[in-house]
Parts: sequence; structure tokens; C-alpha cells
Amino acid sequence: MSLYNEKVMSHFRNPHNMGSIENPDGVGKVGNIICGDVMHLYIKVKERSDGEDVIEDIKYETFGCVAAISTSSMVTDLAKGMTIKEAMKIDKNSIAESLGGLPKIKLHCSILAADALAESIYDYLSKNKREIPNELQRRHDKIIKEKEVLEKRYSKWID
Amino acid sequence: MDNAATTKVDDRVLEAMEPYFQEKYGNTMSLHSFGQEARIALDKSRETVADMIGSNSDEIIFTSSATESNNFVMKGIASANFDKGKHLIISSIEHPCIMESALWLERRGFEITRLKVDSLGRVNPENVREAIREDTVLVSIIHASNEIGTIQPISEIGKICKEKGVYFHTDSTQILGKESIDVSNLNVDMLTASAHKMYGPKGIGILFLKKGTKIDPLLHGGGQESDMRSSTINLPLIVGFAKACEISSTVMEKENERIKTLRDKIIDEALKIKDTKLNGDPCNRLSNNINLRFDFIEGESLVISLDMLGIATSTGSACSSNKLQPSHVLLAIGLKPQEAHGSLRISLGRWTTSKEVDYFLKNLPAAVEKLREISPFGRR
Repeated sequence: MSLYNEKVMSHFRNPHNMGSIENPDGVGKVGNIICGDVMHLYIKVKERSDGEDVIEDIKYETFGCVAAISTSSMVTDLAKGMTIKEAMKIDKNSIAESLGGLPKIKLHCSILAADALAESIYDYLSKNKREIPNELQRRHDKIIKEKEVLEKRYSKWID
Repeated sequence: MDNAATTKVDDRVLEAMEPYFQEKYGNTMSLHSFGQEARIALDKSRETVADMIGSNSDEIIFTSSATESNNFVMKGIASANFDKGKHLIISSIEHPCIMESALWLERRGFEITRLKVDSLGRVNPENVREAIREDTVLVSIIHASNEIGTIQPISEIGKICKEKGVYFHTDSTQILGKESIDVSNLNVDMLTASAHKMYGPKGIGILFLKKGTKIDPLLHGGGQESDMRSSTINLPLIVGFAKACEISSTVMEKENERIKTLRDKIIDEALKIKDTKLNGDPCNRLSNNINLRFDFIEGESLVISLDMLGIATSTGSACSSNKLQPSHVLLAIGLKPQEAHGSLRISLGRWTTSKEVDYFLKNLPAAVEKLREISPFGRR
């Protein structure tokens, strides 16, 4: 018996797309080491012949529990090869569902993975002076705000 | 490698318990011979357990668990000594059953002082002296930490409490069966222990209650256990507890030497892994406890990685695994949350072999390394 299902465990045993990308086109850094989960997600984007931006490569580095590592692996699997527009639709539910479910107490890890992807896309779009959809802007603002609250609360522990 | 959460029941304990489920099922309160047979077994068991801690047998109260004993002490002393005061002193590294009982009392108007510990997890007896007030009714300090294994200077703290005329309780759950215990040397008025940490059954604990201690019972009813803990006597488990004590007292010294050697081997070898540290006191430490901290990785991932190799370990403690916060004990010794998250507890036992230790040590470095490769920290 295990806390996690076999799909989650297989991603944990053999995480896909692990590592970092040199000169990435977008980076999303989310989570907080105080709380025990940190994800750094890197994307490389290429313009397709039809003019659509496609996530050509995607990698991550994660400090965290089994669920954090498995959701990182899954979100990169899902997003790889997608257009930016498609990837923006990946949310916590699609990640958790693709993994065949997560223990309730670990569902926040799928939010973290979805946030990391959204942040990397936000980073890419803003670096390239592209228009940022309202929904993505709202998500970004929320993530930054939560980060500030946490950092303020735990300031004595942050180097 | 996880013998602190619980242990496997010794075959000899199981055998001793068995007749008391069916063949000798009498109620100790019954006057007929069945009942009296049970009564005799109860008295004998009580004596064996009392011998284990150097108390009189009428000072042993059987309870359902160490958690119950600790709740009984905290709430029972607070309630019975209300006229003296409403101040209690505990350490900041108590087991959750003391921490939560303290919170419960706080919400009802009691005042709690939580003593700080040093970086090795030790309570300074002088801090206890300073914290005691006119209205202090109880000092309760865990004997040996279930997480980091630090053994406290209980006897010294007890002496201070005696001088000051304040009740002193210690939770010896993790240490009974590992070091010899004598309640008069320890200067305690109350002491908690349970059977399932020493190869006895789950569901049975004790509270040593020194004669004359003013305390209110938690469970009111038929008046069993000198009116201190009503409930039909759970004889099979009590007999099992006594048997576990009897075995421990004969094998303890030799067993502990063997386990200590394995413990020190693990500590020596594990510390060779880069960015690894030992949590807790290297000297005053439970013979079977190892608590390591691996920078840049998270404990649950490591526990599950080792579990995949058939090695059972734990993060802070089994009780914390449903909570996402880092362990209060690790924070109390001054670790940052990120350091606390990367801690691993290994606890050895009667059936841990040196072969298992070697297997663990062979696989540990790679398991740590793999997680560090995934981690964004500490590689550059």
C-alpha cells in the first residue's frame, strides 16, 4: 500500500524533463522553501510556420515531496509541444487528473505546478512585449501577492 | 528502520497474552474464581511493571496509551490543584499529546510556559528553576525526544521541582526498555510509558503516580485502578506489557550495546554525505535514534525513495506526517523550516540486523543524490 497511486510513483521514480535550460525564453519560479515546495520551470519557445508560438522544450527543478516532483514531471509532459495558447489552459485539475488523482492533502502541489507553467508563460510574453491575456495577468498578480504575504510572514527565516 | 513509531510484538509477549482472551477471560472485579484468577494475574503484572521503574506496585495506573496518561496528568493536575494556581511548565519539544493538552488548558484560562531548548534539544534545569512561580502546579518535560532522541537531565530538573514543592512529570515513552529507569533517582512524581514502543501490544500505557499526588481522574466510573481510571481492566494487554518489561529487563543492556553500535555506524557513515548534519544531542541520545538533515531536499521524497527500496524510515515523526508544517521539535532547536523539511528519522530496534544497516547505508547516498539532482538548490 502506498500513499500515492502507481502513475504518481512512476513519475517520481523516473521524472521526465528534469533539469534546467540554458538561456530559456521564459522562467517560472513558484513556491516557498519555508512551506516545503519550490518549483523552477524553464521553457524554450519556437515560432511555428503558421505563426503560432510553440513550447519546444520545457524543464524543471523542484524541491519538494513526491507529489511536487510528480506534478512537475506531469506538467512538463503535458505542455511540451503545445502552443502557448493551449498551454495556458492547463490548470490544477488537468494535472491532477492526468496523474490519476492525488491525496487530498497534496492537491496544492498541482496548483504549484500549474502556477509554475503560467509564470513561465507570463515571463516569456512580457519579455517579448506580447499582449498578456487578462486571465494570465490576474493569475500572475495573485501569485505575486501570495508570495509577498508569505515572505513577510516568514521574513526571519529567509536568508 | 522505523522502531520509534511502534514496534513488532515479541512472540513471547503474544504467547503470554493469549490465554487471557478466552481461557482466562475473567473480570478482575468479579468475586468468583475466574475473576480471582484474573485478579492475581493483574497484581503480578502490576508488580513486574512497577519493578521496571523502581516504584511500588500500588503506584502504577494502567491506561490505554501514553497519550491518555499524558492527558490525565495535564488535565488532572490542573483541575485538582486549581486552588494553588493555574500555571504549568512544559518544554517546547513535547509530544503532541502534551502540546495539545497545554493548548486546551490555555483556552480554559490556564497559563503555560514553554521552555526553550538549546540547539541540541536540551532543557536547561536552571531555566526550570527560573520559570517556577508561586502558582505553578506542574512541570512536565519529555524524558527522551521521540524525534531527535535527546535525553533530558530529568533527575536534576526533578530535584529543583522537589525543592520548590512543584509536581514533576516526565514522559518516558521512548526510553523505557532502553535505559534503566528508577523513579526515585529521577525525582519524579509522575511518569508515563507505553508497551508498544518496547515490543509489547498497542493500546496499553501506564502512569506512575506517586502516593499522595493530588490529581483528578479523567475517567469516572466503577472505580478501577484505585479510583483513578475507571474501565474494565484490560488484562490481556496488561499481561503483555508485563511480559515486555520482563524480557526487556533481562536483555536491555546487551541489546542496547548492539543497537548503539549500529546507530553510531549509521551516523558516522551518513555524515560522510556532503551537506548532511545530525539533529539532536550526539552524546545524551536514545540508543536507537538517528535524526539526519540533508540540505536541499525534502524529507517525504527521501522517505518514499527509501521505501521503494524496502527501507522504512520517517520524517520528523509519524504523528507529523498528516500535517504539512515542519516539526515543532526541529524548529525549537533552531532549524529553519527549509532545514527541518529535509530531516529523516531512523530508529533501530530489537530486530534490526547489521545486514539491514549496511543495505541502508549502501543505498542512502544515491537516494539523496537523486533528489538533489532534481532540486533547484545547492548544486551551483
